[in-house]
Amino acid sequence: MHVAIIGNGIAGVSAARWLRKLNDDVRITLISAETEFHFSRTALMYAYMGHMRWEDLMPYEPFFWEKNRIDLEKNYVERVHAADNKLEFADGTTMLYDHLVIACGSRWNKFGWPGQDLERVGGMVSAQDLQYLEEITPEIKKAVIVGGGLIGIELAEMLHSRQIPVSLLIREGSYWSNALPPEESRMVSRHIKSHHIDLRENTELDTIHDDGQGAAGSITTKDGEKIECQFVGLTAGVSPNVSFLKSEETIELGRGIKVDNHLRTSVSNIYAIGDCAELRTPQEGRRAIEAIWYTGRMMGETVAYNILGKAVEYDPGIWFNSAKFLDLEYQVYGEVPAHGRDGLATLYWEHEDGEHAVRINYEASTKAVRGFNLMGIRYRHEVCEKWIATKTHIEDVLQNLGLANFDPEFYKQYEQDVVNLYNKQEGTKLQLKTKRGLSAAIRFLRKAVST
Amino acid sequence: MPTVSTKKSALQYLGLGLFAASLLVFTTMLGLDDYEFSEDAILESFSAGDGANYWQQDAAAFQQAHLKIAGEETGLLTETFGSTFASEKALKQTYALAQARVKTHYKTEGLPQDVDSEGKPKVNEKGEPITTQMWQVELPDWKLKNNKAGWIKNAATGPVESNPWLFFLLTFGLGALGGLLYILPKFAAKPGIKNDHIFHNPLTRGLDLSWRSVFLTLTVLGIIVYGFYYMNESWVWPVVTTVIGLVIIGLVLFVHNSWGRDARDAGPEDYSGWLGILAGTYFIAFYVLLYWADQHVVAWVHMVSPISEGIFQYFSGNDSGGEAGKWFLYGLMYSFIMVVMGVRMIAKYRHNKYQIIRTISVMFFQLAFAFMIPEILLALNKGWYKDEAVLPFQDMKNIWPLDYDFFHSWSVDGFINNPGSLGMFMLFWGIILIVVGVPLMVHLVGKRWYCSWVCGCGGLAETMGDPWRQLSDKSLRAWKFERYIIHGVLIFAILMTAATIYSFLPNGDYWLNRTSFLIIFSALLAGAMAVALVAYSKSRLTISKLGLGLGVAFGVGMIGLNVYYMATGGDNYLFASTGKVQEWYGFLIGAGFAGVVGTGFYPVMGNRVWCRFGCPLAAYLGLVQKFQSRFRITTNGSQCISCGNCSTHCEMGIDVRAYAQKGQDIVRSSCVGCGVCSAVCPRGVLRLENSSEDIYDRAETERVIHIDMEGGVSLMK
Repeated sequence: MHVAIIGNGIAGVSAARWLRKLNDDVRITLISAETEFHFSRTALMYAYMGHMRWEDLMPYEPFFWEKNRIDLEKNYVERVHAADNKLEFADGTTMLYDHLVIACGSRWNKFGWPGQDLERVGGMVSAQDLQYLEEITPEIKKAVIVGGGLIGIELAEMLHSRQIPVSLLIREGSYWSNALPPEESRMVSRHIKSHHIDLRENTELDTIHDDGQGAAGSITTKDGEKIECQFVGLTAGVSPNVSFLKSEETIELGRGIKVDNHLRTSVSNIYAIGDCAELRTPQEGRRAIEAIWYTGRMMGETVAYNILGKAVEYDPGIWFNSAKFLDLEYQVYGEVPAHGRDGLATLYWEHEDGEHAVRINYEASTKAVRGFNLMGIRYRHEVCEKWIATKTHIEDVLQNLGLANFDPEFYKQYEQDVVNLYNKQEGTKLQLKTKRGLSAAIRFLRKAVST
Repeated sequence: MPTVSTKKSALQYLGLGLFAASLLVFTTMLGLDDYEFSEDAILESFSAGDGANYWQQDAAAFQQAHLKIAGEETGLLTETFGSTFASEKALKQTYALAQARVKTHYKTEGLPQDVDSEGKPKVNEKGEPITTQMWQVELPDWKLKNNKAGWIKNAATGPVESNPWLFFLLTFGLGALGGLLYILPKFAAKPGIKNDHIFHNPLTRGLDLSWRSVFLTLTVLGIIVYGFYYMNESWVWPVVTTVIGLVIIGLVLFVHNSWGRDARDAGPEDYSGWLGILAGTYFIAFYVLLYWADQHVVAWVHMVSPISEGIFQYFSGNDSGGEAGKWFLYGLMYSFIMVVMGVRMIAKYRHNKYQIIRTISVMFFQLAFAFMIPEILLALNKGWYKDEAVLPFQDMKNIWPLDYDFFHSWSVDGFINNPGSLGMFMLFWGIILIVVGVPLMVHLVGKRWYCSWVCGCGGLAETMGDPWRQLSDKSLRAWKFERYIIHGVLIFAILMTAATIYSFLPNGDYWLNRTSFLIIFSALLAGAMAVALVAYSKSRLTISKLGLGLGVAFGVGMIGLNVYYMATGGDNYLFASTGKVQEWYGFLIGAGFAGVVGTGFYPVMGNRVWCRFGCPLAAYLGLVQKFQSRFRITTNGSQCISCGNCSTHCEMGIDVRAYAQKGQDIVRSSCVGCGVCSAVCPRGVLRLENSSEDIYDRAETERVIHIDMEGGVSLMK
């Protein structure tokens, strides 16, 4: 059996690894036009900032692929001929497959802005994007970034490291407010400004102007303000990279590639995973397209089971994510909607320094804990997940909050402050029973196995 | 304008300039003084001691007379020399001439008749006189070797010799000032990870594998070839070392299939790391001079002598004495560098309390335990020159086998013969640290308590070496080399020490004799093997069968050897000459590996070259850490994004990401627990932790969310 995988990002590589783990005989080909070897897309920024070399971005040594008999094909897939089980490459060659996994990722959005196709306009998604930015950096005296998601702030940090002044335009009133609750969103906004990045809330891009030589020279906002800049970063989200599939009508496309719960497309031996996959029936509370690292990894594992005939439905589990905004770390576990939900109570504690916060969401009626949002503080994934999965009472959680603390040794612990806040708000007299430490956490987690 | 360097203020540029100036003075001052040799200073080393017999007095007189004639002939005693090189050359010429003259004298006049201890002339059975041997009366080579640095130092005259304080201020003072001017403004920046542009900077970006290999090969070959001369043109030790080296290379490349395997070879492939190459070359040159050519650094020793004398005279109450030697110079430099660069480390990681406390700890142990306390104890004991008590200079935090000469006879004699209980305390303290302290502390918190909180080598690596931590090689091949080499050094240290103790101990009735030592030694080996095998059978960690097998084979072999020596009672344990093996260990491992390669290669192979590949104590601590410790680095569930910051900034070359992305906790014998992986992680994935709940299950579970056919999707198994 030959499985061809288009895309060597985390989704495609996870699929290849799990196929090999589960089956010794399957022939695996990993196809990418982007790079020879898999690299960590999330670390692109560190190569630009000089924290890491390009080689350091590769999670596996080059011999890994040979050792695990995963064939690498550096080529661009021009067309998929689903009826013939055949791929057609840009160089005219073809490849036959028995099963095809499409994990071709996403590309950065362009929303039809005038001037969006000029030189020195671009996003930060691929190795080529990074290379292009590196090439044009000497020409950049000032930069404008449009869009306030995770890539926007990363791109701002990158340019900032090269001492290029950056204006970051966001449509909303504070940073990433469609994903972060208002307090956290405002905290990140403050943090960005304290690093001397010119964050402009409620500002939208109108036009990118030509500098006379076919490259960006300035922009105007919808308010009519003109900003001189030699680079415009477009980071207003990403969308599935599916244009090469438009000619193959048997594969049904929506915004992405439509897949069922077994990650199968409309063609029975073709699967889609990662950023490019659009679930027909996503789980309640989840989106049809989730372009994040962890879901790519989970889909890769799931698809391997399904291809090998062990039917497993894709289950992304309890939501989690993390990020770092300049120096501010962020982790989220479970349900933390940006604008709350009816019946969802929230306990929000923020340190007076304005750079540490803990939010715990719970059902107002049953007091069952629903989600955690952490700013500048690290919590244990397994502990939070178990609390959420077992619908633990908020007061039980609070009294054992030390179990979750994952900050380095000697860091100040804020669990008592969080408990005090709850006591103050609810008139209770809860005591913190468990302090930070691994032994208690292991005992707590092991109990899960026995009960 | 866009740049690829960090933003610096005018004050910081001034600091860099001052530091560069201090380095220039420090280097050029070695050539500033002139050297005038006085007759008395040289001849004093050849006077016959009290109680010398008649031919010894004669020989001393002849030697002195011929040295004087030779000195006048070569101009040694009349001319002024402009450099240490010219001085050394004249000394060698003079000495060779005098040697020839003394030899000719005895050949023509005949050797004197020997006398016994009571002064009576010796005769053989037939009544014929027994003469002395030529080696007893001629001028020996070692006297030149041992004395030349001292002669040259005493002959110095000029700006450095007459203005030591001025030069101290221009080098140590200006260097520290410049460094602090550069470092202190960093406290004004916002706290957070500060790794911008380390791979753009020509000082810190490193070299690719092929250039690293070239530098390493040249240095190692240089050391081994020099070793031939160091061992008085004996080829045995250099050849044995070379063969062992080739066997290790063969094992890694061919048995472990590293040959031809495409490794993750990090660049740059060119010379853009030129400043790092220069820095490495400077460090290597410094160590070569310090260890093996100290006659050329007498100006530095002159410069720091007033400080040494001040400390000694203040604490001892003497009016004179306490002149600096080269080790005082080295200790003082070490302390200065660790303080200034320690401040830098704190500035860089000041958002991280673990790093701050740890850095203060290494600075404290260097200043107090390694530098001041031994100096003061020495002064209080007056263990200097002609005083009776000769307490060894004992760095109280240094543990065998890193402190490889702890059991050497002069050291043990020093502890035992020292009046009062301090020497005995030091001896027992040292032994308790080895047998109880190390295993217990490593069990509780991992080897970090020593390697990155206390140790001097580790302290230098964590402060001065921090700018280069990212240059350690993370390839699997490097790990294979590491395991063979570091455990090889541990075995070498054990064998050398066993031979040392064996030859030191009497064969007599005292309870501690050779037999009881061999029994204790065998029991320790058996105990270590038992712990390892129990851990292996209980543990779900990945433990290399080959490694365990080699370890057990070594232990069993040693016990067999011990039984053989108990039965036969040979004079020498394993080696023909204990002195030679000590000398070679001191040269190859103590100086060559720990100093020249260990620190000289900071800018080429990262700041823990010695700790990772060479330190026998790190190997010992590491075995305990792997088999029997509560310590591990925990991975936070499924949060890893494989970015690789942890691996890149791991100074020990551990591919942390390889574990973290699988959701596996990290249990590696080499981990020194510096905590930087956890500090640089952008997603809060790593934490250094101790727990006794699951010693044998550490690193067992894969905690990334994954699929279980029965249980469905889950995080924990």
